[in-house]
Amino acid sequence: MSGSADRLPRLLALVPYLMSHPGAQVGEVAEVFGLTEKQLIDDLQLVWMCGLPGHTPGDLIDVSWDGGEILIDNADTIARPLRLGIDEASALLVALRMLAATPELAEVRGDALPRVVAKLERAAGEGAAAVSSQVAVDVDAAPDALPRVREALNSRRRLSLRYYVPGRDEVTPREVDPMRIVVADGRTYLECWCYRAEAMRLFRLDRMLGVEVLDEPANPPAEAEPIDVAQGVFRPSPADPLVELEVTAAGRWVAEYYPCEQVTELGEGRLRISLRARDDDWILKLALRLGDTGRVVSPLRMAERVREEAERSLELYARQT
Amino acid sequence: MSRRKTERLLNLVICLLATRRPLPAEQIRHAVPGYDRDSDEAFQRMFERDKNELREIGIPIDVVRDPWEDEPGYRIERQSYELPEITLEPDEAAVLGMAAQVWQRASLAEAASGALLKLRAGGVHTDDALGGVGGGLGGGALELRVDTRDPAFPALWQAVRDRKAVRFDYRGAGSENVHTRTVEPWGVVSRRGRWYVAGYDRDREAPRAFRLSRITGPVTTFGRPGSVQVPEGVDLRAMVAFPDEPASGRVAVVRVRQGTCEGLRQLARAVRPGADGWDEAELPFTDPERLAGWMASLGSDVEVAGPPDAREAVIRRLKGALA
Repeated sequence: MSGSADRLPRLLALVPYLMSHPGAQVGEVAEVFGLTEKQLIDDLQLVWMCGLPGHTPGDLIDVSWDGGEILIDNADTIARPLRLGIDEASALLVALRMLAATPELAEVRGDALPRVVAKLERAAGEGAAAVSSQVAVDVDAAPDALPRVREALNSRRRLSLRYYVPGRDEVTPREVDPMRIVVADGRTYLECWCYRAEAMRLFRLDRMLGVEVLDEPANPPAEAEPIDVAQGVFRPSPADPLVELEVTAAGRWVAEYYPCEQVTELGEGRLRISLRARDDDWILKLALRLGDTGRVVSPLRMAERVREEAERSLELYARQT
Repeated sequence: MSRRKTERLLNLVICLLATRRPLPAEQIRHAVPGYDRDSDEAFQRMFERDKNELREIGIPIDVVRDPWEDEPGYRIERQSYELPEITLEPDEAAVLGMAAQVWQRASLAEAASGALLKLRAGGVHTDDALGGVGGGLGGGALELRVDTRDPAFPALWQAVRDRKAVRFDYRGAGSENVHTRTVEPWGVVSRRGRWYVAGYDRDREAPRAFRLSRITGPVTTFGRPGSVQVPEGVDLRAMVAFPDEPASGRVAVVRVRQGTCEGLRQLARAVRPGADGWDEAELPFTDPERLAGWMASLGSDVEVAGPPDAREAVIRRLKGALA
C-alpha cells in the first residue's frame, strides 16, 4: 500500500488506527502500514492539512508526533475505518472456509473458525458473503499419516518413514526431524530435516507409506532453515540441467504438471518445453511414459538413452512369454 | 495521484460524512478546497471524476433528489461507510491472521492485507504472526498457502464477483484446437492446486468446468453486472471433481525385475517371487492406457504379461518412444 493511488484508502485507515492506538510510535505504525518513517510523516503532514469545511484551525485534524509518539485529535468524522470492500472481505472469507476444511487445523482451532466467519460476514455485508461462497479451495481429506506426524511435531521427536517417489518409482527409508506442516494448494506436506538428503525436504503426507515416531528427540542442525514455498512447493534448482521436449496436444499435460523454464507453441497444439531435470532417470521415465506424444529434443545423449531403453524394453515383448 | 488531489478527496470525504443534509454540488465546490472557482465546466468534470474515484475504493455516495430542488444533493451515510464494530477473541484473531496469510503473494494478497489493515484500524487485534496459530502443533508449526498464478484468475474473480458473463479461448485437454467459449461463471474452485471456473457454457448449453491453465489469451467480460444467475444450491466442488473411476475389478499380471520397482510392489495386490530373476505382481487397474503410461515409464524393469489389451498398449507406447 505504498503506491500513490492507494494513498487515500491508506489515509482513511491510518487516521482510525491512530485514534484507536493513541501514543503509537512512528516506527511501529510505519511498519504496520508498510511505509518508511519518512513516508508516514508525509502522510501525517497531509492529514494535518485536512478537516471539516471552513478549514479554520479548529476544523482541521490535529496531529503531532513529538518524540516519535503520534497523537491525533479532532478527526471524529473519519474515526472509523471504511467498511470492508467485497474483494477484501471475500479474500478473508474464502481463506477462512479453506482453513475450516483443512484437517490439520479443524481439530486444533475448530470452533474459532465458524465464529470468525460469522463476525466477518456481519461486518462485510451480503455481497461479500455471496461472492465468497462462489470461490472454493478444495482440501484433501486427512492423510493417514497425519496423526503420527502431528504427534512427532508436538513431542518434538524424530520420525522414521518410508517415502514413495513416483517420479522414480522408489520407496526410500528416511529419518527426519519434523519442523512444520505446510498445506499448499490443497496438499499436505511435512517440512523436515532429512538425514538421508542432509537437507530440508517437503514430503507429501499421502506418499508416506509407513510412519513411526522414534524415541529420539528431534534435533535438526542449525542450518535447517524453513523452505520458502511462496513460489511453489517444488522449485527445480537452477543447477539442474535443462532438457528440451516436444510434445503433441496429448502431451501438453507435461507443461501443466511440471514447472517449466520455457513453453513455446508450435501450432496444432504442439509445444516445445524446456524444463530442469532433477536427474536423468526422471526424464527417461517421463519420455517413455509419453510414448509418441512427446520426445526429448536435447540433450542428444538423453534422446539416445530413451531410444535405447525403449528398444531394450521392447525386446522383452518380442519373445513370447 | 498528486498530493493536492489526495488532500481534496480526503476533505471531500470528511465534508460528505459530516453533513447532516445532502449538499448540492455548488455548496461542495465552496466547502472543499481545491475546486475550480472560475470555470463551471472544469469544476463539474473534476467533481464527477472525484465521485467516481471515491466509489471505486468502496465509498458509498448517496445522491438525493429533492422534488423541490433543481440540483441533487450528495452525502455519505455514516452507517454504510463505517466498518461495524467488531471484536475478536484471541483464538479468532489468530485464525484470521492465518487466513490473511493464505494468499501470500497470490493475486488476492492485496485485498486480504487491505482488509486486515482496516480491521486493525478499527481496533481489532489481529495476530498475523503465525507463531501460536498452530496451537497444539507448537509455535509456527503450520503454514497454509494457495496459489493463483494463472493469468486468467483476476479477470474471472471479478466476473464472478460482478456476476458478468465471460468469453475466452480454451484448449480442451489434449486437444489440437482452441475454441472460443462463452460462459456464465458460477464460481472459481481450486482443486489439487489447479484453478477451475465452473458455470453455464452457452455454446454447449450445459454446465461445464474449465481449467484456468488451459485458457489461452485474455478473458473478456460482457453484459451488465448482476446478469449471471447462479442456480440455487449449485455444488461447485462437485462440478470440478474427477468422477471416481468405476472399480473395474481388472487385474494386470506384471513381471517385475527383482530388486526394482519398489513403488509398484507397494501398490500391487500380490507379488509372487519367481526363480528366473523376475517376480510376478498383480496390479489392479481400470484404464489400460493409464496403466500403460506407468508401465512404459518403468522401462525394461517390467513386462506386462496380460491382459492382452494392456500388453498391447504398453508396446504401442514403447514403439512411440522409439520414433
